[in-house]
Amino acid sequence: MDRTTTEWKFSLNLRAGILAVVMLAVLLGLWEGLNHVPALGGGGAELSEYEKLMGGADETAKVPPPSEILTRAWEELSNPFYDAGPNDKGIGIQLGYSLYRVLTGYLLAAVIAIPIGFLIGMSPLMYKALNPYIQVLRPISPLAWMPLALFIIRDSEASAIFVIFICSIWPMLLNTAFGVAGVRQDWVNVARTHELSPLKTAFKVILPAAAPTILTGMRISIGIAWLVIVAAEMLVGGTGIGYYVWNEWNNLDLTSVIFSILMIGVVGMLLDLALSSIARLVTYQE
Amino acid sequence: MTHAFVEVQQAAKRFPGAKGEEALTVFDNVSFQLDKGEFVCIIGHSGCGKSTIMNALAGLDSLSDGAMIMDGREINGPSLERGVVFQNYSLLPWLTALENVRFGVRARWRAWDESRVTEHSLAYLEMVGLADVVDRKPAQLSGGMRQRVSIARAFATKPELLLLDEPFGALDALTRGVIQDELIKIWGQDRQTVFMITHDVDEAILLADRILLMTNGPQARIAEAVEIDLPRPRSRAEIVKHPHYYRIRNYLVDFLVNRSGELRTADLDRRGLHYPRVVNPVDERDGEPDASATTNADAPSSRTPASKLATITLKETHHG
Repeated sequence: MDRTTTEWKFSLNLRAGILAVVMLAVLLGLWEGLNHVPALGGGGAELSEYEKLMGGADETAKVPPPSEILTRAWEELSNPFYDAGPNDKGIGIQLGYSLYRVLTGYLLAAVIAIPIGFLIGMSPLMYKALNPYIQVLRPISPLAWMPLALFIIRDSEASAIFVIFICSIWPMLLNTAFGVAGVRQDWVNVARTHELSPLKTAFKVILPAAAPTILTGMRISIGIAWLVIVAAEMLVGGTGIGYYVWNEWNNLDLTSVIFSILMIGVVGMLLDLALSSIARLVTYQE
Repeated sequence: MTHAFVEVQQAAKRFPGAKGEEALTVFDNVSFQLDKGEFVCIIGHSGCGKSTIMNALAGLDSLSDGAMIMDGREINGPSLERGVVFQNYSLLPWLTALENVRFGVRARWRAWDESRVTEHSLAYLEMVGLADVVDRKPAQLSGGMRQRVSIARAFATKPELLLLDEPFGALDALTRGVIQDELIKIWGQDRQTVFMITHDVDEAILLADRILLMTNGPQARIAEAVEIDLPRPRSRAEIVKHPHYYRIRNYLVDFLVNRSGELRTADLDRRGLHYPRVVNPVDERDGEPDASATTNADAPSSRTPASKLATITLKETHHG
């Protein structure tokens, strides 16, 4: 018999959940607790000349405790879409800008990468001809394109979208090519013996056969795009979650910085979940 | 000059050798004919080029030499007139059993509306006994069921020529027997011309009108065409009781075990186009045909020691 069912009353999921909550509580507790420990050597000690000059024993800047962050999160999330001027927008608006840029650049990349990947996967000639360029362009950090993009496009918004486009194109392109080239010859033969036209073969046999691999590429791409948008927005400024993080750093509002870091993580996870649930639709068992 | 339905003339397949080495000739000077409505099996050891001949007939592979003609037209590519059942089923795993058969039917009759395509596909799935599992994906079907879907897909498109590449090779003996019966049933309905590769002597006798015997590769030839004149309809249970059954079987086993390796290509090759010698193991034998037909010592050929054949026959008699 299975050990998990004989020795434990609760399911694996429940136990994992309890463990996760306990670990979180301990970690947050430590973090919170350390924030309230009085500084060593402080308290009754004499103030130094400098401290006197600066107007008393100012606490050294500390990472804010979780309680403050939770309070901030509650404030921000209860009114996510307020707009009080260029430097004071709700977290929802900032995330919205970022998502808009990411999805625009990402979809543009998909529209171009998937057909070209198909071509490369189908034709050894195209693969050999294009591969050197791909290998040179692929390792370039997407942010390195930024100055060139700003110069040519002359629009910070479009440049950010371009950077997302250029960083998400490669995984999709290579995975599509890989998936298409790896379609089992048996299935192609089925199409051939049924006299399917090349176009029908592409849509009825090769696309569904390569779909799981293509979706893997799309999932990698959306992850990279979400990583890059934060950095890109720190550079171009104005709006977006990346700008928000940098702006709050300039305001020395670390509570907001930590809160927005968490939000970046949550949105990234949701994007990945969305792609993985699409991938589940096209996955097949051999 | 009249032509048979399918003509294969002096077919050859050669692979270019590595630098300085001679080209490898898998088979050479292979000629045979298939008549319309005939069920022909081809038997030979691995590497003699059976699959290449079949793929060339399907239009998926090309010959180095020779010609293949079906119905007066040269075979130079895949066609819906030639349906193929592959050994590994080749079902599309993202489609259900029904969708896989519909895939073939829709390709065949593009003008048919959806309901007609479905109806036709279901009829063929029912014929192979899969009416209950039509909505399952191949991964949820057993090997035998998958091969039945594959057979239904091939027969449903009603090709002029059906090519079966060792369709039961990966199945256990029990499942194989059941599907063989279904194949006979479905073939009996439309009487298409069938060309089938097999390694199973009993299967070949059960199904075929004629069995082509290939010598071992490289430089393989079709040595003989054995006529199977057992009465139809045949069934696995009845056929082994027929007085001629073991005589044919012993003849085939003897060929595979002894003669396929011994026959020299030079002995078989004659000038120009020629077809394999037609053999009927029952007529070939001297003496009364019925008396000792089912005994193991009944050697069909004087070249073979009787004891050797007897052990082989005992070991391999698992059907019936």
